[in-house]
Amino acid sequence: MAKAVESLAFERHGLSDEQLRWVLRNMHLQRTIDNRGFQLNRQGKIPFATGSEGHEGIHAGAALAFNRGKDILVPYYRDVGLCIGVGMDPFDVLLGMFARGAERQGGRQFPSHFTHHAIGIMSFSSIIAAHCPHAAGAAYSMKYRKESDRAVLCCFGDGSTSEGEWHEAMNFSAVQNLPIVWLCENNEWAISTPRHHQMAIKDVIQKAVGYGMPGVLCDGSDPIAVYQTVKEALDRARTGGGPTLVEAKCYRFLSHTTDDDDRTYRTREEIEKHRSLDPIPNYEGFLLEHGVIAPEEIEALKKDVLREVNEITDRAEALPYPEPSQLYVNVYEGTHEPWL
Amino acid sequence: MAVATTGTTRMNNVEAVRHTLYEALKADPKALIMGEDVGARGNVFLITKGFLEEFGPERIIDTPLAEASIVGIAVGMAMEGLKPIAEIQFADFIYPAFNQIVGEAAKTRYRSNGDYTCPLVIRTPYGGGVRGALSHSVSIEALFYHVPGLKIVAPSFPSDIKGLLNAAIEDPDPVMFLEHKKTYRLVKGEVPNGHFTIPIGKADVKVAGDALTVVSYGLYVHQAIEAAKQLASDGLSVEVIDLRSIRPMDKTTILASVRKTRKLLIIQEDNKFGGIGAEISAMVVEEAFFDLDAPIRRLAGPDVPAMGYAQTLEEEFMIPTSRMADVMREMVAF
Repeated sequence: MAKAVESLAFERHGLSDEQLRWVLRNMHLQRTIDNRGFQLNRQGKIPFATGSEGHEGIHAGAALAFNRGKDILVPYYRDVGLCIGVGMDPFDVLLGMFARGAERQGGRQFPSHFTHHAIGIMSFSSIIAAHCPHAAGAAYSMKYRKESDRAVLCCFGDGSTSEGEWHEAMNFSAVQNLPIVWLCENNEWAISTPRHHQMAIKDVIQKAVGYGMPGVLCDGSDPIAVYQTVKEALDRARTGGGPTLVEAKCYRFLSHTTDDDDRTYRTREEIEKHRSLDPIPNYEGFLLEHGVIAPEEIEALKKDVLREVNEITDRAEALPYPEPSQLYVNVYEGTHEPWL
Repeated sequence: MAVATTGTTRMNNVEAVRHTLYEALKADPKALIMGEDVGARGNVFLITKGFLEEFGPERIIDTPLAEASIVGIAVGMAMEGLKPIAEIQFADFIYPAFNQIVGEAAKTRYRSNGDYTCPLVIRTPYGGGVRGALSHSVSIEALFYHVPGLKIVAPSFPSDIKGLLNAAIEDPDPVMFLEHKKTYRLVKGEVPNGHFTIPIGKADVKVAGDALTVVSYGLYVHQAIEAAKQLASDGLSVEVIDLRSIRPMDKTTILASVRKTRKLLIIQEDNKFGGIGAEISAMVVEEAFFDLDAPIRRLAGPDVPAMGYAQTLEEEFMIPTSRMADVMREMVAF
């Protein structure tokens, strides 16, 4: 059942020049925000940041396939570009990095652990794959209400696919023929554990056979290929065709987080060897080759992204932490005491 | 199922759960039931027998045999506006779902600062005395009552079951609903017809008395009441409080009683160390130490991993009513 889709980098799949340029901006925005997180950490301004460098193609492509106002996104902690891409304000990312009180979750969660109910981004924890059953439940609610034009997009890394809850969620979605797309962002590493210690198979999509759903492979360094693959899967889900497991292969160029040091488990040579999978230069080359953008426009775009990230950094940093009293709210609805 | 709206109906505990679930599904189209064998089989205790035909497979979901995702999928449904009533077939099977209950359901509202909520009910039969061996007899309440974000109820009278199950279903936060399986067909009582709720967190004085306060829940409430009756025939007055709710717990009722009787006995089926009685005992010592005329005592299960299948092993684990009565007499005489 699993089938590979060849890279479709030289087709635009109906995307306008404006959309193609939006993809590039989204990718640069994610990378600049990513780097900002590591910079702020090294400056001692924030205790922790996650990195998504190498995932930008997946995020921009999948975001384009997402129907705003209809679909639900159940992301994980690398999906900064994806969450921005479906409509979250980049300022929210910086508020989260600085753990400011104005952040939607009041500075409770780690950076990059977003929630945005109003635009369909579901809250998730740091517990790997624990969000996958929630995504299946959200898809069930769509099916239950007979909302035939909606679907759920749930993302996770390759390490997640070892978890029992991931397996259970995949299985249930297939048994119930749910409107959901499971998007594995396979960056080859789960912190320090390489894929071959995680599974005895080459491709994650081989697991789809066991659930009775299609498994589709795509080049995660190519946003257009990701867009085309995810859109096809989402369209199938929206029209009663059931779930799909999509595997987008990419490479994690940064350490797992600012608390990790990848020099302890992988060589610099290995990282350089994978530089050909860097989605940004690849995509810029594609746009230049097809005359969608001029070199000076790319430079202007990068400058504008940096200006925006500087601006939201300063604005977030200037805001206060949550009041200590905020520790006690939203345990339950209303006030709470264990003893009544 | 015919549903009256006035008067009372006599039913046992299993019928009370069934009756309440039925009315809840009738009243709220967002409510659905999911779990192992809840459909065609109608649950292993026949609680949902006939529901599949009445409400259809979309609302009575026979899930794959996978407890973590029974709860996890219910969490997702609850976050997206449905009212899932998830069943764990036996409380002993709940451990794979521990992460989803403690790590996810209990923290959904908190971590998202109220952006998402998780109004879900997890029903499960617990407790021993039915030859259920190691894996069909456990008490799980102490493993979960430590966790802020959860509510836990364990009623054991038919009318309390109805009122508290309705409250659990209507609650905006996750509620664990524990049903002592030995009381399922053993305990009968009058249940008011029509819709009503009992507030979560309120205990109930089942027997009024002034010489000793006994706090218990589940099967042992019924045995404690029986023991209190034996003492009453000798002129000894024992007050029996049914906790009904484990989290939050009713400090007001416990303290009012202890200040009156000046003596406290806690009886629990679960083992003693770190159990419900430990928290009650600590609270009473903190709040009412100078009102006590005797050391607090706890009657509890032994410190072993589980009760055995053999009748002798199960009986050794469980506390007979005669033992409860003996300890009550000792404490009244103290």
